[in-house]
Amino acid sequence: MSDDIILEMRDITKTFPGVKALENVNLKVRRGDIHAICGENGAGKSTLMKVLSGVYPFGSYSGDIRYEGQQCHFNGIHDSEKRGIVIIHQELALVPMLSIAENMFLGNEQATNGIINWDKVRRRAAELLKKVGLREDPDTLITNIGTGKQQLVEIAKALAKDVRLLILDEPTASLSEKDSQSLLDLLVEFKAQGMTSIMISHKLNEIKRIADQITIIRDGQSIETMDKADITEDRIVTSMVGRSLENRYPHREPNIGETIFEVKNWSVHHPLHPERQIIKSVNLSVRKGEVVGIAGLMGAGRTEFAMSVFGRSYGTNITGDVLLHGKKADTSTVGKAVKAGLAYATEDRKVYGLNLIDHIKHNVTVANLPSVSSKLGVIDDNAELRAANEYRKKTNIRSSSVYQITGNLSGGNQQKVVLSKWLFANPDVLILDEPTRGIDVGAKYEIYTIINKLADEGKGILVISSEMPELLGICDRIYVLNEGRIVAEMKASEASQEKIMRAIVRGEEKAA
Amino acid sequence: MSTETAAPTVNSAKATAQDAIKANLREYGLVLALIAIMIFFQFTTSGVLFKPVNLTNLILQNSYIIVMALGMLLVIVAGHIDLSVGSVAGFIGAVAAVLMVDFGFNPFLAGLICICVGAVIGGVQGYFIAYMKIPSFIVTLAGMLVFKGLALWLLGGRSVGPFQPEFQMLSAGFIPDPIGPWTIGGVKLHATTIVIALLIVAGMLFAALKSRRNRESHGYDAEPFGFFVLKNAVMAGIVLFLLYMLASYRGLPNVLVVMGVLIAAFVFVTKRMTFGRRIYAMGGNVKAAALSGIHTERLTFYIFAIMGALAALAGLIFAARLNMATPKAGAGMELDVIAAVFIGGASALGGVGQVAGAVIGAFIMGVMNNGMSIMGINIDWQQVIKGLVLLGAVAFDLYNKKKA
Ligand SMILES: Nc1ncnc2c1ncn2[C@@H]1O[C@H](COP(=O)(O)OP(=O)(O)OP(=O)(O)O)[C@@H](O)[C@H]1O
Ligand SMILES: [Mg+2]
Repeated sequence: MSDDIILEMRDITKTFPGVKALENVNLKVRRGDIHAICGENGAGKSTLMKVLSGVYPFGSYSGDIRYEGQQCHFNGIHDSEKRGIVIIHQELALVPMLSIAENMFLGNEQATNGIINWDKVRRRAAELLKKVGLREDPDTLITNIGTGKQQLVEIAKALAKDVRLLILDEPTASLSEKDSQSLLDLLVEFKAQGMTSIMISHKLNEIKRIADQITIIRDGQSIETMDKADITEDRIVTSMVGRSLENRYPHREPNIGETIFEVKNWSVHHPLHPERQIIKSVNLSVRKGEVVGIAGLMGAGRTEFAMSVFGRSYGTNITGDVLLHGKKADTSTVGKAVKAGLAYATEDRKVYGLNLIDHIKHNVTVANLPSVSSKLGVIDDNAELRAANEYRKKTNIRSSSVYQITGNLSGGNQQKVVLSKWLFANPDVLILDEPTRGIDVGAKYEIYTIINKLADEGKGILVISSEMPELLGICDRIYVLNEGRIVAEMKASEASQEKIMRAIVRGEEKAA
Repeated sequence: MSTETAAPTVNSAKATAQDAIKANLREYGLVLALIAIMIFFQFTTSGVLFKPVNLTNLILQNSYIIVMALGMLLVIVAGHIDLSVGSVAGFIGAVAAVLMVDFGFNPFLAGLICICVGAVIGGVQGYFIAYMKIPSFIVTLAGMLVFKGLALWLLGGRSVGPFQPEFQMLSAGFIPDPIGPWTIGGVKLHATTIVIALLIVAGMLFAALKSRRNRESHGYDAEPFGFFVLKNAVMAGIVLFLLYMLASYRGLPNVLVVMGVLIAAFVFVTKRMTFGRRIYAMGGNVKAAALSGIHTERLTFYIFAIMGALAALAGLIFAARLNMATPKAGAGMELDVIAAVFIGGASALGGVGQVAGAVIGAFIMGVMNNGMSIMGINIDWQQVIKGLVLLGAVAFDLYNKKKA
């Protein structure tokens, strides 16, 4: 490793109205490294990368950027892309109804005099897809491939732009374990070919595995940069949150009562292809004070299951029964499901969770407006504000106030707003779909603590998560879902990652 | 580890006068624009614009646009559009005329029937939009053609009128003056109007103070007190001035009372009621709203039914004003209504927009129509100028938002 610095950002300060997102941040990246950036939600990681890539143009921040020994004044991502800096944002930016190839060359069309050369596009696309190890026809529509593959398309798209410095903002947040692995392998491979990358991630094990250097950002300031040799997960955490964190999962003495939530013979068909059965006769139950997990690979049907139970928000030809407190419950619309005491916090906060153009207060109360309004539907402003403040505090949302627009919050804090909304609805049974996706370790601990508190209050919690250690750490019981079928059920005390994986593989063999 | 750390507040700066002016410029920019336009026309029409009789006329001329703008605001905030309102208004005017003139219906009964018919028309369109998921642009485009045609058919090409005096009162009448006229400084004033004006101003100031207290008691910085006083004094001054002008002519027009009540109701519904809140939530992200338990389909249906009822009311006002129903009535009105809502700051993407903005937007259009007509500008150039103002207003608004 040389000390050849490809990028240096010095004294970067960036303010938004009422918020100082970055304050004198320094970052030095060596050529050919994988440089990780870690920090709590809202620390300013994404903002820093947006400054670097020109999303926030020169002049809207203060400080210096030197890249390849030259001062940079980027006025937009076009400028940074010309220099070989490509950013892949936290939220993927692909057009669902266009093909893989079309997406890859969006804004970078292979055209002469404005006429697109489709042969060239397909050929180049195929080449690049091979490079990232994605075996898909370039003509496939984006909407028809999973998130893991979409992430690879984003990378191929970056490669198409002759990238020399690749920035990835939480690339593995919504990927399955397997897809994450192959993505990381790919980064290592690119590194061997001399590419530099900057990666933001909350998954410390990944960082430890592939990063050469880590820079920690806390509250808008750069805290330190560590070398590979010094990297331990504990050290990262300590530096990130400013104190040491002994335990990743808070302890809880389970106090489990009678069954409060049961789903019987639940079957669901695909909304567009009704002949395809997505959920196949699923039976499961949750007891009072119990935290139950659903493990499974991406595409196993976990989200589809949860959404179909919650007001038939997914699927057609749904059959089966939902029982709450032992009685058959009507959950055929979301309103009825909420009334029956069910809540579902979505995994996709931007699309299904938040009104991004409105502020925190309105987002928190929207699912339970009656509780802050009179019988006639007049909202009590004071009650609403109190509620919003209370939940902002409870879930530790970092914002200037409850009047901050949710679209301007950092990803992790948006997740907390979604969680607040459903805590405020005060359900008996709470279904949490990937509740800690994109959330930093400190905040994860807080969310686990909230989950525990809810369980102690006698609620039933159903957690869907792709992170197996998380399920093992917080659940009392775990179901394994594979291809729409429950293939195993185990007590968490007897479960292990291997056991869950074995159940999935066995399920797959059976299905084949 | 401890988890009791309070939610960190990020550098919340104390509100200074400068911040307050900036924030208010965006909010009240529209009012300022309206004032500027009025002053401009006051000069170019050599003082005709602010004559009491002209101000009264201005309100009468624009009442039906404002009534429809209220409903259109809900429609646009919900993320939809309604192109049929002009045709529906024209059609309802025709229905009213046929009921009253050809069949001798009592005007109140006829009016009630018409508003119900309007609500049903809106509801039917809403049904196709909400439950059949046909884009509102298409459904209401169809509605526009259908009701234009039905109005023609119903009137058979004739103009039907005149109406009973009670019906004309809707547009041509003024509220009575039980308190009796006062003469102040040589000007004979409609006393009841003055009393109402004072009550309105008192109410406005009381509400402003209360909301300021409220903010303070929750620890949010209120704007500096001096600025607060100035702002409210200006607003109160404007209201008093306008009502004084009306009082020095014949007092409050009936239709302004109807409008005032409707505007107040819509402000209340959009700002304070769950119904209104849910419209904004739906317009902002329809999927998230549905997953939060909002009956998005039912809500859409209601919004279009309300729009239909308001279009009907506007049709009645328009017919009463002309004192007859004509086959051409309502043509093109939808464009003025939609323009008013967009000038008022609503977003075409849904989720953003204020009732007050839509009303002021409508007045901006109205003052321009009125002022340019008095100046004798040809109708062709009036169109051009209105179009440019619409574009300019929206562009300016977006530019402002981007800068903030
Ligand atoms: N457009 C904006 N307007 C106002 N505040 C903003 C805006 N964008 C970001 N912020 C604020 O800047 C801070 C840093 O946000 P940023 O998105 O960089 O965090 P992050 O470190 O990427 O967090 P996460 O891990 O949750 O993605 C947050 O407090 C956020 O609320
Ligand atoms: Mg981020």
